[in-house]
Amino acid sequence: MLRLSDQPDAVRSAALDPGFGIYIHWPFCRSKCPYCDFNSHVRDSIDQDRWRQALLTELDHYAAQTPGRTVTSVFFGGGTPSLMPPATAAALLDRIAGHWATSPDLEVSLEANPTSAEADSFAGFRAAGVNRLSLGIQALDDTALRFLGRRHDVAEATAAIRLAARCFDRFSFDLIYARPGQEIAGWRRELDQAVALAAGHLSLYQLTIEEGTAFHTLAARGDLVLPEEDRGAALFEITQEVLERAGLPGYEISNHARPGQECRHNLTYWRYGDYIGIGPGAHGRLTRDGGKWAIRGHRAPEIWMQRVEQDGHGSHAAEPVTPDQRWQEMVMMGLRLAEGIRLDRIVQETGAPLGDRVDAGRLARLIDGGFLETDDLRLRATSAGRQRLNAVLGMLLDQR
Amino acid sequence: MTDQSLIRNFAIIAHIDHGKSTLADRMIQLCGGLDDRDMRDQVLDSMDIERERGITIKAQTVRLLYKAKDGQTYLLNLMDTPGHVDFAYEVSRSLAACEGSILVVDASQGVEAQTLANVYQALDNAHDIVPVLNKIDLPAAEPERIRQQIEDVIGLDASEAVMISAKTGLGVGDVLEAIVHRLPAPKGDPDAPLKALLVDSWYDPYLGVVVLVRVVDGHLKVGMKMRMMATGATREIDRVGVFTPKPLLTGALGPGEVGFITAGIKDITETKVGDTLTDERRLASSPLPGFKPSIPVVFCGLFPTDAAEFEHLRDSLGKLALNDASFKFEAETSAALGFGFRCGFLGLLHLEIIQERLEREFDLDLITTAPSVVYKLTMTDGSVRDLHNPADMPDPVKIDHIDEPWIKATIMLPDEYLGGILQLCTDRRGVQIDLTYAGARAMLVYRLPLNEVVFDFYDRLKSISRGYASFDYQMDGYETGDLAKMSILVNAEPVDALSMIVHRSQADKRGRALCERLKDLIPRQLFKIAVQAAVGSRVIARETISAMRKDVLAKCYGGDISRKRKLLDKQKEGKKRMRQFGEVEIPQSAFIAALKMNDN
Repeated sequence: MLRLSDQPDAVRSAALDPGFGIYIHWPFCRSKCPYCDFNSHVRDSIDQDRWRQALLTELDHYAAQTPGRTVTSVFFGGGTPSLMPPATAAALLDRIAGHWATSPDLEVSLEANPTSAEADSFAGFRAAGVNRLSLGIQALDDTALRFLGRRHDVAEATAAIRLAARCFDRFSFDLIYARPGQEIAGWRRELDQAVALAAGHLSLYQLTIEEGTAFHTLAARGDLVLPEEDRGAALFEITQEVLERAGLPGYEISNHARPGQECRHNLTYWRYGDYIGIGPGAHGRLTRDGGKWAIRGHRAPEIWMQRVEQDGHGSHAAEPVTPDQRWQEMVMMGLRLAEGIRLDRIVQETGAPLGDRVDAGRLARLIDGGFLETDDLRLRATSAGRQRLNAVLGMLLDQR
Repeated sequence: MTDQSLIRNFAIIAHIDHGKSTLADRMIQLCGGLDDRDMRDQVLDSMDIERERGITIKAQTVRLLYKAKDGQTYLLNLMDTPGHVDFAYEVSRSLAACEGSILVVDASQGVEAQTLANVYQALDNAHDIVPVLNKIDLPAAEPERIRQQIEDVIGLDASEAVMISAKTGLGVGDVLEAIVHRLPAPKGDPDAPLKALLVDSWYDPYLGVVVLVRVVDGHLKVGMKMRMMATGATREIDRVGVFTPKPLLTGALGPGEVGFITAGIKDITETKVGDTLTDERRLASSPLPGFKPSIPVVFCGLFPTDAAEFEHLRDSLGKLALNDASFKFEAETSAALGFGFRCGFLGLLHLEIIQERLEREFDLDLITTAPSVVYKLTMTDGSVRDLHNPADMPDPVKIDHIDEPWIKATIMLPDEYLGGILQLCTDRRGVQIDLTYAGARAMLVYRLPLNEVVFDFYDRLKSISRGYASFDYQMDGYETGDLAKMSILVNAEPVDALSMIVHRSQADKRGRALCERLKDLIPRQLFKIAVQAAVGSRVIARETISAMRKDVLAKCYGGDISRKRKLLDKQKEGKKRMRQFGEVEIPQSAFIAALKMNDN
C-alpha cells in the first residue's frame, strides 16, 4: 500500500487546485532537428514587431475568457523561444501581470538552446522576468550531438549550463537516450556528468521515432534501429537508479527533480489543471460554463498570424471534452506522476468516483501485479507501472 | 438422334500439368466447336480458381463434331475430369458416363500417382484406354522410357501410344483418329424404356438446377415426365441440350448421347448424382448401378475474422453448397473464435479451394482451424458416435476406445528422395505395403492414419521431394488407435480452437511445436504467460512468455493531450477481440496466426 509519507511535502500539499498555466509557443528554429515533431519552422526573416503584437492580441483574447484566475506558471516553449527577442518576453509577461493575478511564487520557464549566440541573451531574459531556464542539451557526447542534428558541441553545452546556473534561480536541461547502439556503460558516464552539472531538475527522454521526422524516414528504411525492449528497459532502469541516488528522483516518467524543484507548469498538465496555449499549434484545456474545453491553435505560423489579426485569436473552434474523455486524459497524465492522482480530483473532473470508472477486476489485477497502488486519497502507478504505463492504461481504460 | 456407331464418349485422364486442358482446347478448336473469338485457354475450366491453379475441379462435358479421315462425321463427347485425389468422386461419375479414356502422360515426367489411381478406375469401368504421350517437343522428353514405364507400372500396352504436343497442335489429329477407331461406340437399346445416368447437377441462377445426363437406353425429350428412380421424384423436362461447349438446345437426346436437361428443379439436393432417370409413363425395370455417394473425410472450423460477417458467411456457404453437394457445414461456436461453422470436405485440396472461393468470390476474411478427421468413439455403454470436432470430445472415462480412419496411399517419386519420404511415412505411423521401381522412379504403397496426413503431410512430402513426389490415396477403413485429445492451455485455461486429437506417440512433438509457435506469436504482456500443451491432466510441453519490461511514451508534455488520447484509442482498437486468460488478455490475432501457420 502506498505510504504518503514517502512523498515530498510539496506534493502532499498539492491542493485540489492544480494551478493555472500559460503556455506561449515560439514556432521558429534555426534548423529542424531530425527527431523533433514539434510545431517548429525555419524562416529566413521574422517580423518581430508583428509577432509580438500577435501573441499579445491572443493573450488579450484568452484573458477575457478567464477572468479572476490566478496564473501559477508561464512557459515559453517552441520551436526555439530563446531566439525570441527578450523584449517580446518582457512585453508578454507585463501583459500577463496586467490581465491576471499571479501567484507569489510564479514560475516563468523558457526553453533555450545552448549555442553561444543564444547564451548571450540569457541575461536579457532574466531581466524580462524569466526565472527558470530549460536547456536543450540532448547529449553530453559530441558524436551523439551530431547524430541528433544539434548545432552545439559538449563544450558549448557545458558553458551554457554554467551560465544558466549564474543567471537563473532554477534551471534544467534535457538529454535524449536509448539512442541507436547506445551502451549502458556510456550512458551511465553521461548521467554522472549530467548529475554533476545539474542543479535541481533534469529531463531524460528516451528517443522515440515520430511521424513526419527525418528519423522516421530513416527508421522506415531500416537505417535507424532503436534499442530493443530489454535494452531500453535496462537503460531506463539505470537512469532511475543513478538519479535517485543523486537526490533527483523521477517525479514523472522522464523528469527528475530535487524535492520542491519540480517544473510547476508541467505539473499543471499532469495534474490535469487548466492552461491556455498562445501561439501557433499551442494547446489549451479550459474549464468553463460547467464543462471542459480542448483548444488548439492553427499550426502554420502564417495562417495563425492571419487569424489573430483578423479575429483576435488563431485557434480552431473549442471542442468539448466529455466526462469519459476527461477521465481518460486525467489518468493518462496523472499516472505519469510518482504522486499519482488524487481521488477527490477524479470526482471533481469526471463527476464519478474511481470505483465507478474502472473495472474492479482489472484494477485488482493491476494492483496485485504491483503496477498500481491505491489508498483512500490517491491512485498511483508504481515505478514498475510507470515503466509499462501504456500497457497499464490499456488495461485500466478498456471500456468493455 | 445420332447413330450410335458414330458416337464416342471418352474421358481424359492426366496428372496436373501433363497437358489435359491444353489437349482439350486443341481438340475443340480442331473440330470447330468454338471460333477464335470465343477460344481462350482452358475453356472447360470455367471457375477463376481452376484457371489460375491450372486444375479442374468440376467435371465438364463438351460435344464435338469430328469429320474423320474415313469421311464420316463422328459425334465425340469429351468428359473433362479433375486430376486431384480429392475429386476422385467426380472422376468416377465421368468415367461411368463413357466407354473409353485417353491417358495423357507427360513424356518427360512420366506416370504419377493420381494418374495411376484414375487409370485403375477407368479399367474398373471396363474402359478401353488410348495412351498419349504429350510434350514430345520438349528437349527433356523421353518417349521411349515413358512408354516402357506405362507398360511396367500400369500394365497397359503402350506400343501404339500417340505422340503429341498439345501446345503446338502436333499429333492432335491422330488422337481424334484414335478415339474414333480405337474406342468403342455405345451400345444402348434405342427401343427400351429410358434409362439415363444423372452424372452431375449444378445450380444456375437463370435456369435453376441443370442436370448433366448420359442416356444409356431409350430417348429423352422436352415435355417428357421423367422420374428419378432413387428419390422417386417426378418432373417435366422443359429443356434438353448439349454443350458445344456453349449450351445448345436440341430438344431430345438419344442412346449414347450426353447432354443436359432442366426440369424446373429449384433444390439441388433433389438431384442425387448417380441416380437413374426414366420415363414416368414407361418405367425402366431396374436402375443403373450408379455409384457410392461421396463422404466428407476432413473437417475444420471456418470462422469470420470479423464477427459481424457471420451471416454473410452463412449465406456464402449456402451458395457454394448449391453447386457442391459434397460440401457439408453446420453452425459451431468457439470461445476463442466466436461463431462459425464446422465444415466437411472431400480432402485437403477441397478444403483449400472452398476457403479460397469464400475469400475471393464472397470477400470474406476467414479463420480456419486445424483440419480434423472423423473419429469413431465407442463408449463404455457400447454406443458408437462420430467425432468431427476435437472440442466435442466427451469425458475420456466414458470412452472405451477410439477408431480412426486409415488410408491407402500411393506415392511416386524419383528414388533419390526415397530415404526422406520413407522417414516421413514412418514418422506419421505409416505401414509399408509395397515398394517397387520403374526405372529411376519408385512407387511406394503405404497405409497411413488420415489424421497424420491432414496435418501438413502433403506439404512435407512436396518439400522433401522438391515437388517431384506425387501422392494419391483412398480411404481404407477404421482402426483402433491410442488417441487422446491434446489441449493447449494459456495460463491454465484451454484454447478450444487449438485442441486436437493426437496419437499418444505424436503428442509430445505436436505439443512442443504448438507451444513454441504460440510463444513467438503472443505479444509480451504485463504478466508472464504460461503456454502449455496437455493430454488429460498431464502437461506434455510448456513455454513461458516473460512479462514486458517497458512500454511507455517517453514524452508527454506540450499540452497536446488529445493526441496521446488518440494514440491510446488506436492501441485499444488494435486489441479488439481480446480474450482473457487468467490475469492477461490475449488478442485473438495470436491464435489466428497460430492456426494460419498450420497451413505451412
